[in-house]
Amino acid sequence: MKIYDFAVVGGGLVGSAIAYGLAKAGHRVAVLDEGDVAYRASRGNFGLVWVQGKGLEIPSYSQWSMSSASLWPSLSEELWELTEVATQHQAPGGVHLCYSHKEMELRQADLTSLAKATGGQFDFAMLDHEQLREMIPEIGESVTGASWSRWDGHANPLYLLRGLHAGFLRCGGTFLPGSKVHRVQQNGGSFVIEREGERVLAERVVLAAGLGNRLLAPQVGLHAPLVPNRGEILVTERMRPLLNLPTTYLRQTGEGSILMGDSHEDVGFDEGTETPVLSHIAQRAVRALPALANTRIVRTWGALRVMTPDGYPLYQASLSHPGAFVACCHSGVTLAAAHAKRLAPWIAGDSLPSEIAPFTAERFDVQTVIPA
Amino acid sequence: MFKRLSLPDAPAQKTVIVYFDGRQVTAQDGDTIAAALLSAGVEACRTTPVSGSPRGPYCMMGVCFECLVEVDDIPNVQGCQVLVKDGMQIRSQHGARRLG
Repeated sequence: MKIYDFAVVGGGLVGSAIAYGLAKAGHRVAVLDEGDVAYRASRGNFGLVWVQGKGLEIPSYSQWSMSSASLWPSLSEELWELTEVATQHQAPGGVHLCYSHKEMELRQADLTSLAKATGGQFDFAMLDHEQLREMIPEIGESVTGASWSRWDGHANPLYLLRGLHAGFLRCGGTFLPGSKVHRVQQNGGSFVIEREGERVLAERVVLAAGLGNRLLAPQVGLHAPLVPNRGEILVTERMRPLLNLPTTYLRQTGEGSILMGDSHEDVGFDEGTETPVLSHIAQRAVRALPALANTRIVRTWGALRVMTPDGYPLYQASLSHPGAFVACCHSGVTLAAAHAKRLAPWIAGDSLPSEIAPFTAERFDVQTVIPA
Repeated sequence: MFKRLSLPDAPAQKTVIVYFDGRQVTAQDGDTIAAALLSAGVEACRTTPVSGSPRGPYCMMGVCFECLVEVDDIPNVQGCQVLVKDGMQIRSQHGARRLG
């Protein structure tokens, strides 16, 4: 029976980026993908490559995101050369819209502390209404201003996923779709990954199964206390270019449709949509860009974010089961380049990228402070 | 290219007059815009946003978005999802719509 160097459990954006990075470095890699019954956050996301505002509590997350944003152009280019799949990545900078002076002040204070915490690496500018209108002529009158950062951009997440899959295959990877992995066991030095009617053997295993990691991680001495968080998205008919840079909850795709989204709902594993939420998202979009009032919505959907208790990623190597790793986060698009080019080498034996040292599961343990 | 089938026992339909790019088109009550255009011999009703190549009604069930037209000044209308009305002004949809 063939023994792979690595088995990656999960063929979404996180698993595919890691698997692509490993295969490109010459390792023999198998990706085990559940199939269309899975929750598939990677098929439902918005497509931002986003930095501004991330990492307020843990600044190294901002640095990790900036590292990925910097590596994105080379990832996009090499996927194009390898597979002729264009990710439509663009980094024109991005804006976060504010609707009052108070909101502008709070935003500026947050981003200033983030700039300080990253030693000035993260930089931004506050734009007043007039400056913002120079960038987005259609901006609504009720928008007070915005924070702008050159670090932000966007891409088509579906083409990214397709490009990673195609790139993985071009580098000799083995894609095994079809059913859910239910058991991962260490047997001697290697791992046995079991699913219906099949066993896959690998020297090392990477758990990148999104919400599925909750049940798999404990089998190899890891802990992945993940919860679903629903976001709903609306997409309009295709239009001529109107919005030439992304905002936190509005972006125009390469095809001309406008995506609007960013609800955060605690509704368990319900992937559906609810009219009041969709209506709120649409109203917010029209407030930002009043011209959208007469556009047609052609599709709506809900998808589940993969959230840890504090919203930051989880990357960890198992101590009790050497060779087992867990990787999960809700920013699979932003972090795709870091996952392919920095996380994969760590999993293959290089030293840990310093930015991700804080992202182990111990931070979710009960914390005690002994008074002096 | 398309011929109207006459169904046995089907009640006679009222004639409806619409206009496509200014040209008079005779349709029947109950036709969708896309069906009316096809039966009048119109094969292309829009051009694509990127290459500008011509397109015409295809799936006839609201999925493919090939039959986009402007209807009474409203752009990007799916011709297969809207019924004809007397006097309707239908125009070709050239490229992606412009807002405002």
